[in-house]
Amino acid sequence: MTEFWEQIVAGLASGGIYATLALALVLIHRATGVINFAQGEMGMFSTYIAWSLLYTYGVPYWGTFAITLVISFFGGVLVYLALIRPLSRGGDIAIVIATIALLVILNGGAGWIWSPEVRSFESPFPIDRIEIGGVGISWQDLGTILVSIACVIVVFCFFRFTRVGLMMRASAQRPGTSRLLGIRVTLMLAIGWGLAAMLSAVSGMMAAPILTLDPNFMLIVLTYAFAAAVLGGIDSPVGAVAGAYILGVGISLLGTYWDYVTGAPELELPIALAVLLLILLFRPAGLFGRAVVRRV
Amino acid sequence: MALLELRDVEARYGQVKALHGVSLSVADGQAVSILGANGAGKTTTLRAVSGTVKKTGEVVFDGKSIGRRSPEAIARLGIAHVPEGREIFGELSVWENVCLGAVTRRGWRDARRECERVIDYFPRIAGRRGQQAGTLSGGEQQMLALARALVSKPRLLLLDEPSLGLAPKAVRDFYEIVAAMNRDFGLTVLVVEQNATIALDATEQTYVLEVGRVVLEGPSEELQRHERVRASYLGY
Repeated sequence: MTEFWEQIVAGLASGGIYATLALALVLIHRATGVINFAQGEMGMFSTYIAWSLLYTYGVPYWGTFAITLVISFFGGVLVYLALIRPLSRGGDIAIVIATIALLVILNGGAGWIWSPEVRSFESPFPIDRIEIGGVGISWQDLGTILVSIACVIVVFCFFRFTRVGLMMRASAQRPGTSRLLGIRVTLMLAIGWGLAAMLSAVSGMMAAPILTLDPNFMLIVLTYAFAAAVLGGIDSPVGAVAGAYILGVGISLLGTYWDYVTGAPELELPIALAVLLLILLFRPAGLFGRAVVRRV
Repeated sequence: MALLELRDVEARYGQVKALHGVSLSVADGQAVSILGANGAGKTTTLRAVSGTVKKTGEVVFDGKSIGRRSPEAIARLGIAHVPEGREIFGELSVWENVCLGAVTRRGWRDARRECERVIDYFPRIAGRRGQQAGTLSGGEQQMLALARALVSKPRLLLLDEPSLGLAPKAVRDFYEIVAAMNRDFGLTVLVVEQNATIALDATEQTYVLEVGRVVLEGPSEELQRHERVRASYLGY
């Protein structure tokens, strides 16, 4: 039983990494109506900035964390204002292609600036384990879970209880009407992109100590986050987060208890994507997605 | 003094001209209606005021030319536009919809207190503030759109066919509240209607639009007796 609970905790930790990125995908999808394929690479780029702050400038970890979030926010705003907004006249396809181009540019750019070699990235959490009820939990996993939960809670409270959050939800739903109410829709969408960039930075900084840092390390996280968002419902923030934790735990348990997968970890990603395809086939709105109630 | 003035406004959607030089004026505290058939340019006239259509000519609000300003800037000057089809935020709660009318006001706390006060004018929606707004009936959604406009404390209220698709009782209730706001708080109202009976009843001054031009204007009471209006819009 101990092993089972240990695997649950490990699954929740990777689930947390997917959850923050999946939440970013959902934010952008609700605001812009498209999938931002560069979301993972934005997180990767942010993590490299954090790496520079840590190892080139010697900034302590949590200072680095905060500075990276601020830089990421403005990076996200810039991406929206310089790229996405001017392209919105071209329709959704133009934006999707722009995000794919951005993926490639950030990936190549990071390799060019920081070299493509694999680097280690420090974890803010101690390496030893604590024991809770006979189950050994690493601080690394526990910390990752707590940071991801904190992010999710902050984002939800921001949207539910603040004025800017309300204006952002309105702008995503009905941009034209929002402008008639005096809301600066462009500004709101830019803030949304900034927020999503912050979330992907968190995801990257939590993933890097485990996966090690190289220009491609977020691609796999993006794939899982995408699967999680589809699993929960691409338009449902709650669903995407729940989907991410379910996916994390599911894969962790699968890798431990299903012998085929235990011997071949390379099967984990295909299985996750098979789940994604099945969901798309049989429940396109996701497990938690629901049709909007409308009465005309 | 005129609070709103349109001088020779022309507007077009792509190649199609919708307004061929419309001039009208709304005095401070007045209730004015624009009548006309489908495609006469009523909605476009309102959109010319709120800045959501390409136009030439002059739009003057409170002495300032607003023709070149963005819709959000115009809204912040105190012009509340209740668009055709109500355009409420279906996925948000009733209360959030009301609050959205006040988001641009200074002082979020005071603004929310104003929302509390305004929603009490609307007993049918006041009791359902937690409900998803998309589940309200058409009449309730129209009330919600009006409440949302009023919490911004507008100086000018633009209403686009509020009676469309509503039951007669809902229409009466709606116009009763608008009339009360006009009478008690001096709110200036410019309403566009296909329903001529109710529009002439509810307003002091009326303009009649036909294919993008003002063809008739005058006190609503006089137009009620005008032969052309009776034949074309009142149907008797």
